[in-house]
Amino acid sequence: MNGAAQARSTADAVARRSYGKLVAFLAAAMRDVAAAEDALSEAFAAALADWPLNGCPANPEAWLLTVARRKGIDGIRRRRSGEAAAVQLQILAELDAATSTAMDDTAIPDRRLALLFACAHPAIDAGIRAPLMLQAVLGLDAKTIASAFLASPDAMGKRLGRAKQKIRQAGIRFAIPARDELAGRLAGVLDAIYAAFAEGWSDPGGTDVIRRDLTAEALFLAGLVAGLLPQEPEALGLLACMLHAEARRRARRNADGDYVPLAEQDVALWDAAMIDEAEALLLRASVLGHIGRYQLEAALQSAHVERRRSGRTDWTPEVQIYDALLALSGSPVVALNRALAIAELQGPHAALEIVDSLAADGRLVDYQPYWAARAALLARTHAYPEARAAFDIAIGLASDPAIRRFLQGRQAILPR
Amino acid sequence: MQYLLMLYANESGWSQMTPAEQEQGVAAYGAYTQALKTAGVLVGSNRLQNSATATTVHVADGKSQVLDGPYVDSKEQLAGYYLIDVPDLDAALAWTARCPGASHGTIEVRPIWEHA
Repeated sequence: MNGAAQARSTADAVARRSYGKLVAFLAAAMRDVAAAEDALSEAFAAALADWPLNGCPANPEAWLLTVARRKGIDGIRRRRSGEAAAVQLQILAELDAATSTAMDDTAIPDRRLALLFACAHPAIDAGIRAPLMLQAVLGLDAKTIASAFLASPDAMGKRLGRAKQKIRQAGIRFAIPARDELAGRLAGVLDAIYAAFAEGWSDPGGTDVIRRDLTAEALFLAGLVAGLLPQEPEALGLLACMLHAEARRRARRNADGDYVPLAEQDVALWDAAMIDEAEALLLRASVLGHIGRYQLEAALQSAHVERRRSGRTDWTPEVQIYDALLALSGSPVVALNRALAIAELQGPHAALEIVDSLAADGRLVDYQPYWAARAALLARTHAYPEARAAFDIAIGLASDPAIRRFLQGRQAILPR
Repeated sequence: MQYLLMLYANESGWSQMTPAEQEQGVAAYGAYTQALKTAGVLVGSNRLQNSATATTVHVADGKSQVLDGPYVDSKEQLAGYYLIDVPDLDAALAWTARCPGASHGTIEVRPIWEHA
């Protein structure tokens, strides 16, 4: 390998291994995500120019941090003056002392969690928190993120820019919140990670490379948080919940790419190791002594898995978990899923009564699973024309072609 | 704001489908159109005849040129459109993703020029 190729491959390896750590460390020191990203990208550019000539440094992370720090100082001198600049320059000088003693990348303090807390700060618009995390910690570009979140690249780039400006201008801290507010703030971080996972999950066939990658990235973030906060049961619960969902990915599509509902999935296609890992996490969370949304979501997945594996037909455990989830969240989506579990326990008429009462909640009008659930329940009560009409609405609201085909198939077998 | 969703699709795809598949495809569009109506966002919509029926006109130096065929000769052709009225681009993109044309073809979304 020649010098340039060697330099590029080393830089790529560092970017994969340490990008998030480097940005987090710089951002925490500079109190500015955008400036940290700019300084680091300039440092990478400098590396690609320098390393082919002088050889790759023994500790590329420390080399990049030193150069990024210098670029950061230049940036501050350009952008700011007076006292604000003096404070920033002082911080960067201290940072230099820290990095020069860092002999390898494991010696660089891991500030990624602090960065995640800054990205999911209550002052940041909830809708941009997940994209912001994906960009700041994983270095995904605005175009990739926009595609996954169904937004235009231009608009996503602007929203990300505004959020970073807000972090700097509002003086949002890069720190792990104190014990008394940790639980509340952690919920924001976990929700944003789950949102990223859900975006990736909406393409379970894995045909869309960007979305499939997003699932992996979200799993990485959940693993990072669970690893850094092993005493927080909800962090463990979220990871368990995501692993359970991921474990069934291959079973959710048949050979023709058609959607397969949970009740009809081939259990042998589930990833048993992933399920075991999820179960172990849930067990660890349960002894930490406070229950929460993600532990309940994971417990629900766990109950589904156990029911399918054992052939259990009594849905009492599922209904009980939904009761707890509904009491906690009040979400109409949870209420809808609870109604489907009630249908298994008390029959479709009882479930339809709940579904009818949910219709008053305007939030479900455009929600495809609501109409699909309603159609399936109506079909079970032999109300075929009504079922057919509800299937029509569900089909019209479906964005996943496999789901659309599935619903059309169910509609087609309704007796005339 | 109004947005025009322009549906581009491979025209040979339709003729290669079985009648049952064609019926299913039409039904999916019907359901989508109904969903737009129910949400109160549909302004207008039409499916176009095959691009073999297209004629292009260009007037230069006072002389009109009329040509047989579509403006751009490519495999994917404009096959229809939806004109919708929604609050913002994100809402337009959410509806675009639901359109069956987004899975078997490609949809271009453009805001309508608004008069001051």
